[in-house]
Amino acid sequence: MSRLLTMTDIWIEGRSDEVWNPIINGVDLHLNKGEVLGLIGESGAGKSTMGLAAMGFCRDGVRIAKGAVNFDGIDLVKASAEVKRGLLGKRIAYVAQSAAASFNPAHKIIEQHTEGPTQHGVMGKSESERDAMELYAKLRLPHPEEIGFRFPHQVSGGQLQRAMTAMAMSCRPDLIIFDEPTTALDVTTQIEVLASIRDIVDQFGTAAIYITHDLAVVAQMADRIKVLLRGDEVETQDTRAMLSHPKEDYTKSLWAVREFKRPQKPPVHDRATPVVSVQGITAGYGKIDVLYDVSFDIHEGRTVAVVGESGSGKSTTARCITGLLPPRKGVIEFDGVALPLDYRKRSKDQLRQVQMIYQMADTALNPRKTIGEIIGRPVEFYMGLKGRDKRRRVAELLDQIELPADRYIDRLPSELSGGQKQRIGIARALAAEPRFIICDEVTSALDQLVAEGILRLLAKLQDELKLSYMFITHDLATVRSIADEVVVMKDGEVVEQGPKVEMFQPPHHPYTDLLLSSVPEMDPDWLNTLLKERGVDNIGDAAVQKMD
Amino acid sequence: MSLWMQIVVVLLLCLAGGWAFRFAGIKATDGKPFYRDMPLSVAFGYVLGAVLLVWIVWSYYLSRTLPAPEVNKYFFFRIAIEGFIIFALFAWLFRLLGRSVGTSTTKKLFRQMPLTASFGILMILIYAFLAIFAGLLAPYGQEQIVPGVAANIPPGGNPAMGGNPDFPLGTDQIGRDILSRLIYGAQNTVGIAFATTCLAFFIGGSLGFLAATLGGWLDQVLSRGVDVLMAIPSLIFALLLMTIASAWAGSEKGLLTFYMVIIIAVIDSTRVFRLARAVGANIVVMDYIEAAKLRGEGLGYLIFKEILPNATAPLLAEFGLRFCFVFLTIASLSFLGVGIQPPLADWGTMVRDLAQFINFAAFAPQVASAPLLAAGAIALLTVAVNFVVDWMLHRSSGLKE
Repeated sequence: MSRLLTMTDIWIEGRSDEVWNPIINGVDLHLNKGEVLGLIGESGAGKSTMGLAAMGFCRDGVRIAKGAVNFDGIDLVKASAEVKRGLLGKRIAYVAQSAAASFNPAHKIIEQHTEGPTQHGVMGKSESERDAMELYAKLRLPHPEEIGFRFPHQVSGGQLQRAMTAMAMSCRPDLIIFDEPTTALDVTTQIEVLASIRDIVDQFGTAAIYITHDLAVVAQMADRIKVLLRGDEVETQDTRAMLSHPKEDYTKSLWAVREFKRPQKPPVHDRATPVVSVQGITAGYGKIDVLYDVSFDIHEGRTVAVVGESGSGKSTTARCITGLLPPRKGVIEFDGVALPLDYRKRSKDQLRQVQMIYQMADTALNPRKTIGEIIGRPVEFYMGLKGRDKRRRVAELLDQIELPADRYIDRLPSELSGGQKQRIGIARALAAEPRFIICDEVTSALDQLVAEGILRLLAKLQDELKLSYMFITHDLATVRSIADEVVVMKDGEVVEQGPKVEMFQPPHHPYTDLLLSSVPEMDPDWLNTLLKERGVDNIGDAAVQKMD
Repeated sequence: MSLWMQIVVVLLLCLAGGWAFRFAGIKATDGKPFYRDMPLSVAFGYVLGAVLLVWIVWSYYLSRTLPAPEVNKYFFFRIAIEGFIIFALFAWLFRLLGRSVGTSTTKKLFRQMPLTASFGILMILIYAFLAIFAGLLAPYGQEQIVPGVAANIPPGGNPAMGGNPDFPLGTDQIGRDILSRLIYGAQNTVGIAFATTCLAFFIGGSLGFLAATLGGWLDQVLSRGVDVLMAIPSLIFALLLMTIASAWAGSEKGLLTFYMVIIIAVIDSTRVFRLARAVGANIVVMDYIEAAKLRGEGLGYLIFKEILPNATAPLLAEFGLRFCFVFLTIASLSFLGVGIQPPLADWGTMVRDLAQFINFAAFAPQVASAPLLAAGAIALLTVAVNFVVDWMLHRSSGLKE
């Protein structure tokens, strides 16, 4: 096979606070024609920077300090803007993480699709439109003749991501860079996108760099995997070799993350009063209902995981329990006593007992307040502690979440890492000394290693403080590791519920089955097997159904 | 050749020059990306800028060498150039000072500061100093008519030109010292504008945050009310209200000033309301606000402890901008005769009182500059505040208009 892209000794620096800080430290990368290279690592590892550098491009405030990017005989670092203009979009294409943010909302999808080929003079407009429809069909988009004439907001996220892949394909490039194309999608949608991306890359023999933090995904897509850590290369191997025999300790630790599993707790006593009991709630925004007759119980010291795709009503259920969205029908009991449905009518003590941890720690912590103030406020508000007592209690809480108090108490949230911020969110919930905590996708914005730390912490706190959790997630690996009971939701209804052991064993409700089988596994043949089982056409049909 | 033809020829020459400049750049640096990737329009811009610079230097040279009647054409031009250089120099020195004196935070602040911002800060400091110590700094009182001194002495203090060294900026139409009145004007005009802006922010800010936090019918009522007020042209509305107020105030001149402060504050608070509501609405949807609500926090805590700290950057920037507008409105009202009342010194009134001298510009530019002194004071402060606001907006990047 002939060499397409060679990046030698790449050093990339980013400017902050008047100094150039290294982002990539002398990484080599090469790619043959038709080969797919997986680039994985935690956030901040330099994956995206490396991917962009493969196009000879840097974000603002970032520069390639040293090194050469040789694309098919052309040095992209030294190439003039004119030369790059001729290459980018035509021979090198880029697929961004959020298709919704990358499409121009004011133009129809197909208009944006045909722009590249007509600008580069590859095809005429009508020819390109016909080609787009063919590509849409190849990517198994529903109604390929017609879907291009919609605006980006009129198609679903997974479809938009595929339309973007089609757009990247429009000039039949030699190289496509996929930057986390499925990270923002649900597992069931992710499969469709993964399958179609792989198909089309195979069909046209396109080389690709596939950037992701999800090992199981990269195992399906890549021929070769390169692991990055803080701008350094850890190791590179063929996918199968990498999965079966990772050499470096860091790679092994990445592989081991998925193994955290709590033992199943014994079933609760039949007549024990649940801490929180949700009974037949129906709720909605305005006149449209989004929850229908949802019921489940959460017992002391137990974790109930609520799973489902986005839009299934998981978070709305949480909003009903907290009282932010008073349900139209139904009762929410706390310790056998019905709670007022509106949070404004609840007593201070009732409010204290139900706490919440949010998905995005960035928006959950006031950026202008120090950690001491953030955690100290509920301590002061509920417990009435002031001055030195308050500070001591805050230090105690920081100790509980495993952050050294003296170093963190006076910092601002922006000075913490993502995982640390999430810990502060946990400490704020703990400060109220609640019995019940709602965890809304608390690990989905975090790297796997960090997320695992958070899960372990939550498990430890539960054992120490006899907390009950309602754990909202779309990630079944998380469910496997932490839940005692599982509630599966779809379109605002509870589809199935029961203890974890039962839920992960057949027979399932068909929807649970779909969810479970859609979670990528580390086996590189997983996607093939799954597609064979489901039948390829099935996926396209599922997409059509979803759209209708 | 007509003027238009000359302009076209010059522009064409610039275009050719731009091409040559780029070509020479590529040859000289052996294809450095800066020259190589430069579009022709940018190269044209460089050459045009250079030509303008040469023209400015040439005109300045003329203004210093031409004989008496001819030089009048270039009088204000010369003042502008010299003023620009002096101000830039002082701003540069001020920034240098800030970089070497003070705590590490202020040093860092000054290191990252553009020259425009340090100029703005310096001017604001000077104005504040003048306003606060006006009584000590001004050589004469603001209402004092110095006995035995002629009225309408032109600025400059050069006896050959009819000036008087005791009155470096001259005297006004009834013989009061213009320098003293300018200094007192800083106190009156700027002080009143500052108070008005504060009041506008208090009204608009608190109502805006309240509307953002509570929403519902209160938001609707307040927002529609503000829409109605904003639909009326503000200066005309202010004039109308001032006419009514002057009937109420009667001969109480202090009371009329008080009414003016209220009227302008209310009119300007509508703009503040919109901003505060928009900024507040963005913050209210954050999870930390939800967390505070679920904790059971009251409205006061939500607004002052959770929302306000996150809204300070755009509000502060708006404060600077709003201050300029209020200040200009007051000056305009005074110029029209319904603002700050004589004998209090006020820049708007001073411009009006001496306005007829502007016609002297063609043959006696020194005399014509008398009314422009107060106008210049207004312009300088407005420019300075805008520079600082721009810089603050750039730093916070919170509000982009």
